[in-house]
Amino acid sequence: MKTRRDFIKVSAAGAGAAAIGLSALNWNGVNKAQASNSQHPVSDEEMTSFPTYCEVCFWKCAGWTYVDKSNNIRKIIGNKEDPHCSGRLCPRGTGGVGMYTDNDRLKTPLIRETVDGKQGFRKASWSEALDLVASKMKDVSENHGPESFALFNHGAPGAHFKHLLHAYGSDNEGEPAWAQCRGPREVGFSATYGSWIGSPEPTDIRDTDCLVLIGSHLGENMHNGQVQEVSTAIERNATIITVDPRLSTIASKSKYWLPIKPATDLALLLSWIHVLIYEDIYDKKYIEQYAIGFEQLKDHVKNMTPEWAYGITTIQPDVIRKTAREMANASPSVIVHPGRHVAWYGDDSQRERAIAILNALLGSWGKRGGFYFKEAVKVPSYPHPKYPHPHWSWKDNLDGKYPLSAMGITTELLKASIPEFDYKHQIKAWIVAGTNLPLTIPNKELFQLAAESVDFIAVVDTMPMDITGYADVILPECTYLERYDTIRSAPHREPNIALRMPAVEPKWESKPSWWIAKQLGERLGLGSYFDYDDFSEVLDWQLKQMGTSLDEMQKIGIKIFPRKSGPLYLGDGEEYSFNTNSGKIELYATEFEDHGFDPLPKFTKHPEPEEGFYRLIYGRAPMHTFSRTSNNPNLHDLMDTNSVWVNPKVADLWDLEKGQKVWLQNQDGVVSTFPIKVRITERIRWDSVYMVHGFGHNNKKLTRTYGRGASDANLITNIMVDPMMGGTGMRGNFVTFLTTDPGMEVEI
Amino acid sequence: MKEELFISGRDIPNIDPFLNIWHWEIPVYLYLGGLSAGIMFFAGLFTILDKEKEMETTVKWAPFLVPVALVLGLFALFLDLKHQLFFWRLYTTIRIESPMSWGAWTLMFITPLSMVWAAVYIKELIPGWNWKINIVDQFEEFVKKNMKPLAWAMMGLAIVLGVYTGILLSAFNARPLWNTSILGPLFLVSGLSTGLAAIIWMSKSHFERKVLTKIDIALICVELFLIIHLFMGFLAGSAVSIEAAELFLGGPFTTTFWGGVVILGLIIPAILETLELAGYKVPVWIPSFLVLLGGLLFRFIMVEAGQITRFLY
Amino acid sequence: MRYGMAIDTAKCVGCSDCVVACQTENNVPIGYCRDWIVENVNGSYPNVEIELRSERCNHCENSPCVRCCPTGASHIIDGGIVMVTHNECIGCGACIQSCPYDARYSHPDGYVDKCTFCHHRLEKGQNTACVEVCPTRCLHFGDLDDPYSDVSKALKNRTWKVLAPEAGTKPQLFFLT
Repeated sequence: MKTRRDFIKVSAAGAGAAAIGLSALNWNGVNKAQASNSQHPVSDEEMTSFPTYCEVCFWKCAGWTYVDKSNNIRKIIGNKEDPHCSGRLCPRGTGGVGMYTDNDRLKTPLIRETVDGKQGFRKASWSEALDLVASKMKDVSENHGPESFALFNHGAPGAHFKHLLHAYGSDNEGEPAWAQCRGPREVGFSATYGSWIGSPEPTDIRDTDCLVLIGSHLGENMHNGQVQEVSTAIERNATIITVDPRLSTIASKSKYWLPIKPATDLALLLSWIHVLIYEDIYDKKYIEQYAIGFEQLKDHVKNMTPEWAYGITTIQPDVIRKTAREMANASPSVIVHPGRHVAWYGDDSQRERAIAILNALLGSWGKRGGFYFKEAVKVPSYPHPKYPHPHWSWKDNLDGKYPLSAMGITTELLKASIPEFDYKHQIKAWIVAGTNLPLTIPNKELFQLAAESVDFIAVVDTMPMDITGYADVILPECTYLERYDTIRSAPHREPNIALRMPAVEPKWESKPSWWIAKQLGERLGLGSYFDYDDFSEVLDWQLKQMGTSLDEMQKIGIKIFPRKSGPLYLGDGEEYSFNTNSGKIELYATEFEDHGFDPLPKFTKHPEPEEGFYRLIYGRAPMHTFSRTSNNPNLHDLMDTNSVWVNPKVADLWDLEKGQKVWLQNQDGVVSTFPIKVRITERIRWDSVYMVHGFGHNNKKLTRTYGRGASDANLITNIMVDPMMGGTGMRGNFVTFLTTDPGMEVEI
Repeated sequence: MKEELFISGRDIPNIDPFLNIWHWEIPVYLYLGGLSAGIMFFAGLFTILDKEKEMETTVKWAPFLVPVALVLGLFALFLDLKHQLFFWRLYTTIRIESPMSWGAWTLMFITPLSMVWAAVYIKELIPGWNWKINIVDQFEEFVKKNMKPLAWAMMGLAIVLGVYTGILLSAFNARPLWNTSILGPLFLVSGLSTGLAAIIWMSKSHFERKVLTKIDIALICVELFLIIHLFMGFLAGSAVSIEAAELFLGGPFTTTFWGGVVILGLIIPAILETLELAGYKVPVWIPSFLVLLGGLLFRFIMVEAGQITRFLY
Repeated sequence: MRYGMAIDTAKCVGCSDCVVACQTENNVPIGYCRDWIVENVNGSYPNVEIELRSERCNHCENSPCVRCCPTGASHIIDGGIVMVTHNECIGCGACIQSCPYDARYSHPDGYVDKCTFCHHRLEKGQNTACVEVCPTRCLHFGDLDDPYSDVSKALKNRTWKVLAPEAGTKPQLFFLT
């Protein structure tokens, strides 16, 4: 947190030196400058540009990597044709250069070894490292079956290792994107509309008249195209209604900010539904034609009046009514946004259901300014032998729990790795690719226990993230700017594909994931699944099937295809069948009912902080992606630490000063490893504290970010699991302040 | 509550959290410039008044300090430059609106002048000194015949130099503490006073010391008046001026400024000098030392505190 | 011709893309910057307001930095852009002292550096790097003398302010409120 404006206080802090003029005695002051590279800007014509799509976050904007004559990557600029970014990358995409230049990158394969009882890593050749991983995979396969080998992944490397694992005979894979992030909304919307939201979200924010955000902090959550559309909506004077205990950036730009009491959103949503129905301002025609279960819903919300909700949410009844009417006025050009990271309180699928129902009452699904019908191009899969059928998968381990989980649940895979949990099938070894589990998965204890329990861990990453500290073998992946990857085909208004190709040779000994997967595959006798010398052959084959070619894509980077699935929006009164049990929008969710869950969302009260404790709310900063980017030199320069936001009243109570370092301790006595600076701000409620996720790295090899800020993930030990889909609700943790060093800094 | 912070960018060395781009070099440069101006002014003045005999130290001996001080001052300025190889660029142009430019040019004239002045008296200082070069001897003769015009020029330039040390700072509109026209006269008076203090310390003549001490007491009174005026101006000014003044009125510079500069550097020496005039025995060096130290401290504080002050928006 | 920039504080989310885009475009060393983001918070919960501003050199019409420069390294070129010629700058720091916006910094190589409105791009008919990249399109740039330029159009229908007008520098950055 950098601040200087109130200079008197600032100088008073340094008064010891200042008052005797001693700071003037510094010889030219502190010089933090590194070796400067004083070249003038290079004009675009003097550089070569290569198409890519971004890997700094998972919005995957397409862009151009500009390389100068001495083969330095100078900048990355968005591709103007790309609907994800319209030629404008976000700060992380622009700062993606730093991912390539970071000197802390993993440079060679590393193998864990024990010398004189001390564990450490030694450099290894690729062949040695790959041989070791392959032999472990063979061991596991022979002794426990290939299914006992699990994959944790996120982002582009995932595809290559999924292919490897499927060929090898396991489909035990998980990514935090499901249980820690978006799973609940997909379940809630799927039960209502028979369709996932997916990424990018098919929210027609560009054309909306009313945008309702339930805790979504768009703008801080810098999903590029979406933020660009929000800006358009602001320009068009759309009504924005933001529900958030914190004055988020977007809340400050909203017509209505509802500073809700945390953990009570569902009550507000239900009361909005009540107002729409009982004031008779819902979209009757739409509901009549497309939906079932209206009468049950009407009955269900009968007593859920704004007055009822006021007692729970602290939002004034007239504000609830007024905002509901605003939505109705804008209907159908209104979006009650499903959010993205929605694993909060364990009843998240039900909250998402309420959001889905609200949208249905407003008639916004399939309407301009509401939710459009997305479409993606199908990328044909490169010919390979059929995958063997695994004898068991993660789903079999659940024993009927979490019936609506559609993707592997990371936390369940971790539990299956720990013999004490006594799961039917045990996980014995992992590959972790592109996800920093210790800072991603809540309940670090569970993670650590699991990591200690398994026989073998291979980690594929570009950076010495905290996860590499648990690895037996570390395989250095090159960055997205140095490799080919799978074709990006994401759903959008217009189907489109984007190419990622190397702009420069991989630095040091790093290698692309496709190469690592292929090498492992060949060592496992699965060469027929990797029938190519270079991944560009795969791409060329696929692109030719799609009516283009690698050659053409290298020139254009992105290609737009005509829609085949029909128009973007529903016509007036158009017949439409939804992919639900009834073929209708299910206000009353039969899918939930079938599995024994509430078919209509009910409000449940969640625990509140005890005296002296504050609810831990975490979120994102626009210049960082989770914990992936905090060591990136360019992005670290923009924001080098997180801070804990504290309401001035709370700060007064605790006698906290601006910029003071404190340690946070949660309800279970867990203390943050590192101290965190206090930001005293009116932007946060008195019953909560807020911090940006992704800091508090505990690996000294991350020279820039090591020990900077605190990790919220470490303080999240109370996990409220969503019984429907295994989502790990993380917002039920409460912290208090420790102002003296509890001595937590012990090396892992 | 009002909160203002940088979301990103900034935190630049020597700029944030508060400006600190000028370190010890600039106050030392300003101090030595002021001191030199003081000595030269009085050397010139008493030459014009035909008091070379009575005021020997003032006219002849003290000016030997000046070339040394000026060269050291210029060297300090040079050290402050961050792009030193391009130092010569100062002398390829004259920028009328830039105090830094006319300071550089003033020094360009005044430094040789001070050397000439010293050279004229070197034979008296070191008996048997011989230039051994004809032209120099001839030039010395020429100068000796024209000491009065030379004295006038030196007095004039000394005032310019003395005022310049203040204007260098006061020309910066962006630094409210500096941005006051009193700073020029204040730095001039302070420079004259430190110059006098140096001469008094050197002088062995009771008469000379008495004359100079009287002047010094007057100068200190003027200086105190200007300081009070300075703060009255600030407090009657805009918010930024008031905040600038508050650095000294309760702020972190309060003790050092009022205790170090005003009391120790001005009031106590003035009292001691008055007592001396009244016949009490006071060691000569004490008031002089205090004035010299106070002047140095004053410049350090002004340079540092001034950089902290800024427009708030 | 008179270049200026309008910054729409209603749209800016403070993402800092302008900062990093400027750094990569202009090869600004890590740890330094030519533009930056300021956040102002006013009020008390729940009646709070935020203003986010992308700030940079104001390219003042009455520019104190140019006036105080002893060598002429700081100068104004066509279009009113304040520039620094690196090999005329002696690094005396006077211009840094003179800037009410603290928009200048001492480059590790010794000379003073600052925003150039991406002069090298303007020459080629391109827009500045920050304007080009801004995801919310909250930056508007162009010729203030041309009523149809992006910046003139942005200023026409909105209220705006400049920073520290009392400094008398006639800044050419306009913050749409």
